[in-house]
Amino acid sequence: MMPVDPLAPAILVLLFFLSAVLAPALSKRFGFPPTLWCLVPGATFVVLLSGSGPVWQGAIPRASVPWAPELGLAWDLWLSPAGLLLALLVSGMGTLVVIYAAAYLQGSDRLGRFLGILFLFSGSMMGIAVTENALVLFVFWELTSIASYLLIGHFHEKAESRKSALDALLITAGGGVVLLAGFILLGEITGTYRIGGWIEAAETIRSHPLYAAAFLCIAFGAFTKSAQVPFHFWLPGAMAAPAPVSAYLHSATMVKLGVFLLAILHPVLGGTPLWHDTLVGFGAVTMVWGALVAMVQTDLKHLLAFSTVSALGTLTMLLGMEHVLSVKVAVLFFIVHALYKGALFMVAGALEKGTGTREIGQLRGLMRRFPALGIAAVAAAFSMSGLPPFVGFIAKELLYEVKLATPAVGMALLVAGIVANAANVVVALKVGVLPFLGEPRGEGPQNLKPTKIGFWIGPVLLGSGSLVFGLFPHAILGGPVEAVVTQIAAEDVAVQLKLWHGLNLVLLLSAITVLGGVGLFAMRRRLSRYGNLLRDATMWSGVTLFRSGLAGFLTGAGVITRTIQSGRLHTYLAVIFSVAVAGLIAAWWRSGYVLTLPSRGEVRTDVLLTLLFVAVAAIAVLRCRRRMTAVLILGCLGFGIAVFFALHGAPDLAITQILVETLTLLLFALALYGLPAMREERRAGVPRAIAVPLAIAVGLAFTFLTLKAFDVQLAEPVSIAHAAKSLTEAHGRNVVNVILVDFRALDTLGEITVLMIAALGVSAMLGHARSPFPAERLGTSPVLSASARYTAPAMLVFSIYLLLRGHNDPGGGFIGGLVAAMSAILVHLARPSAPLRVFALSAPALMVLGLATAALSGLPGLISGDGYLAALWGGEIALPAVGKVKLGTPLLFDIGVYLVVAGVVLLLYGAMEGRRAAENSEPSPSPLS
Amino acid sequence: METLAAILIGLLAGSGALLLLRGGLFRILLGLALLAQAANLLVFTAAGLGRGDTAIIAEGSETLPADHPDPLAQALVLTAIVISFGSLAFCLVLLKKTRARIGAAGVPALANTES
Repeated sequence: MMPVDPLAPAILVLLFFLSAVLAPALSKRFGFPPTLWCLVPGATFVVLLSGSGPVWQGAIPRASVPWAPELGLAWDLWLSPAGLLLALLVSGMGTLVVIYAAAYLQGSDRLGRFLGILFLFSGSMMGIAVTENALVLFVFWELTSIASYLLIGHFHEKAESRKSALDALLITAGGGVVLLAGFILLGEITGTYRIGGWIEAAETIRSHPLYAAAFLCIAFGAFTKSAQVPFHFWLPGAMAAPAPVSAYLHSATMVKLGVFLLAILHPVLGGTPLWHDTLVGFGAVTMVWGALVAMVQTDLKHLLAFSTVSALGTLTMLLGMEHVLSVKVAVLFFIVHALYKGALFMVAGALEKGTGTREIGQLRGLMRRFPALGIAAVAAAFSMSGLPPFVGFIAKELLYEVKLATPAVGMALLVAGIVANAANVVVALKVGVLPFLGEPRGEGPQNLKPTKIGFWIGPVLLGSGSLVFGLFPHAILGGPVEAVVTQIAAEDVAVQLKLWHGLNLVLLLSAITVLGGVGLFAMRRRLSRYGNLLRDATMWSGVTLFRSGLAGFLTGAGVITRTIQSGRLHTYLAVIFSVAVAGLIAAWWRSGYVLTLPSRGEVRTDVLLTLLFVAVAAIAVLRCRRRMTAVLILGCLGFGIAVFFALHGAPDLAITQILVETLTLLLFALALYGLPAMREERRAGVPRAIAVPLAIAVGLAFTFLTLKAFDVQLAEPVSIAHAAKSLTEAHGRNVVNVILVDFRALDTLGEITVLMIAALGVSAMLGHARSPFPAERLGTSPVLSASARYTAPAMLVFSIYLLLRGHNDPGGGFIGGLVAAMSAILVHLARPSAPLRVFALSAPALMVLGLATAALSGLPGLISGDGYLAALWGGEIALPAVGKVKLGTPLLFDIGVYLVVAGVVLLLYGAMEGRRAAENSEPSPSPLS
Repeated sequence: METLAAILIGLLAGSGALLLLRGGLFRILLGLALLAQAANLLVFTAAGLGRGDTAIIAEGSETLPADHPDPLAQALVLTAIVISFGSLAFCLVLLKKTRARIGAAGVPALANTES
């Protein structure tokens, strides 16, 4: 046999993921027969099997694929015996399930999607089987939960399907998160995420104080995945999935993951009383409870689901007993269960297709119709009941043997085991035998689809597998079981498997079990009364509790959200202000900063008067009761600030402020139509007792912030460097403008973009409500009309002058753009029918052209290698009135700013004026009256 | 002088906050405008108030004199003025639309508009 290349498993995993993408894509084209997809898992199975020899002999191929090296994360691969066994199970069962699914979902337009998810699942399972790195393993682990969610919800038009799918996802994926916590704890303890590394450090881990926490986290993840009581309820719910899914995920493979994980981590975490008690306790309870509940179900698939719960409990219990023999039984039972349970699920699905029901009471006499299914079902049922010569018999014999060999807890477990196994006999007879006995009832089969080969080939192969494995147990299973047991028990073990153990106590117990089971089966009608009681109890068991808990959680989250997100604007504002002020106070408190007032310097009378004027205006705004008055006072306040700027050497700011205040006044005047009068507004803000102190605190915060900022000098102001370079390198005397269009041009680009977005927002909110024939406004002044004809063009020319001279004197793109827009507005005010344009460009065109100009002016710098928006300069030209103008990309940028600002203002004005004209198509009083 | 300016900034911000906390739709808008003015003044003042010279390099000089006003703060405030104009216009229109939607019920009715 060829040894397996260490990287081969990774390629196989990726092959599955590739198929997951291709299957949905190909399903509807080229007439690709879906059954052929069985070649993917089939080939995988063959490849793995052909290379399995060295692994069974104890060689573990390892490899590592770098994933995120800077995080120390790599896809560490290993092919351990247990992993190989799981991979063989996944690919082997996968082959049969794909064939079965192609028949089961024949004609469904969701088959491609179904196969895609199925391959996603298989790939993830393969990934878990061959991954040694726990973090990567976790990723695959959660992927199986997601695939399971999607597959359970396959019939997503049914509400119950969706609910069950969500239950399963929340339980298994939630458990996965806890599992991750456990992995991280182990990773922190050992400094590695390789399971091999953990095995080497097992002694350290077991004596570490965090051992219990890590173990419990991992056990929680395993128990949720493997449906241990009390987390088991998602598994019966998962029966809403199509039968191929139940046969594959929810009996043979995915639900075994928890057990698989516990098995491969046994060398790391096992050998402690905690391990023993937890696993045996949960396992035994699950085993008995699952079997008892299964016995009284009437739905074929629920019957099987609860018996799967019981089997998973058995496996967990066996791992917990930590006897070499018990591990051997666990491994054998792992295989045996997959064979018979997969077969029975397929049979159940086929019978449902054939008869339209899963109620056992209505299924009789089907042997004649579906002979192949019947034979397979009987074989599987006998294996499940533990009858010779099927392989299930061997597993059960060993099960009793191990319980006899560990008398301390063995006797109690022995009784539990006999009860559970007798119940299993009942289940096996009900599912595998009863439907095929007797005479057909009712109307009989509704369709004969299940006679097709796709429906029975899987069950027949699995059923005969149970028989062949039972007849030649050691030849087929001896080597693999020995290798896996050696890995799990972490000691060398020699395994002998044989069908016939001779006449002994164990055989007697087997006989008692079977007879007991048959007896219970015969009394099933009398038992059904107790069964109903038990079933009523189990209906309540987990699902209802879980769902009501979930609903309560969502309700609670809703209450909290509605409390915090009250929707009351004033409350939000109060919270924002309080937090900001509290943050400032806290920072001050911690820093221990002592405020020093700036030296008083000379008090300038002009400045003092300006400040007083602004202060009075602010108080007047506060107390004002009329809208228009308030707006006018606000304008006065703005003009006062403009004077303040002018008095402190900022002519650019002063001009901008004046222009903006004028425009603000205009917009307010336009918008006042339809705004609430202040007096008629209901006052419902924050109570005065809170609002006033809070407002004072905000004011004080601003004052202190200003003083503190003035006081603290962390570094040399960058503006000194700006000033030094302004003329020599940027050819501009007006440093403010040079900063805007050259040194910090990228900021400015962002700012004009923000402006444009604000204008677009306004335009979007108001829409194009412009009436096609705007009425001449009443009261349009003839003087205004006459003078606008001359002043507007003059303003436009002046705006260009301001733009061009801005690099050396007060002015620039912002100011020029504002003036240009105002000239257009002036024309419009004089003649409302005239279109709003600057240079024959409409507002949107101006904005787009401007932004493009500004953005493109940065490209030359980028191309020359200096970086985006780095300035490139050319020659100088002399213009009348303006003087010498240096040509270069910053000038182009400033022109872009000019156009954007003009466009934004025009768009704002146009949108509001248009809305006003539409609202007042009938003459109404002028806004200023 | 800076101390007086700082007090004025506090007054503007406090008035703005009060209008925001107590006012109806229109007063909220006024409060925003006051707050914007306060913020602009804060940046301007925090950089230090000059003696009246401009941030323009005089003819025949290579750079600004030692005690010059901070041109960077002025550049920041200049764009801030224009942007606060844009955002004020935006809020103005938002207010008009809100008013059209909730009618005379005022700010408290805003709590019921999300559904």
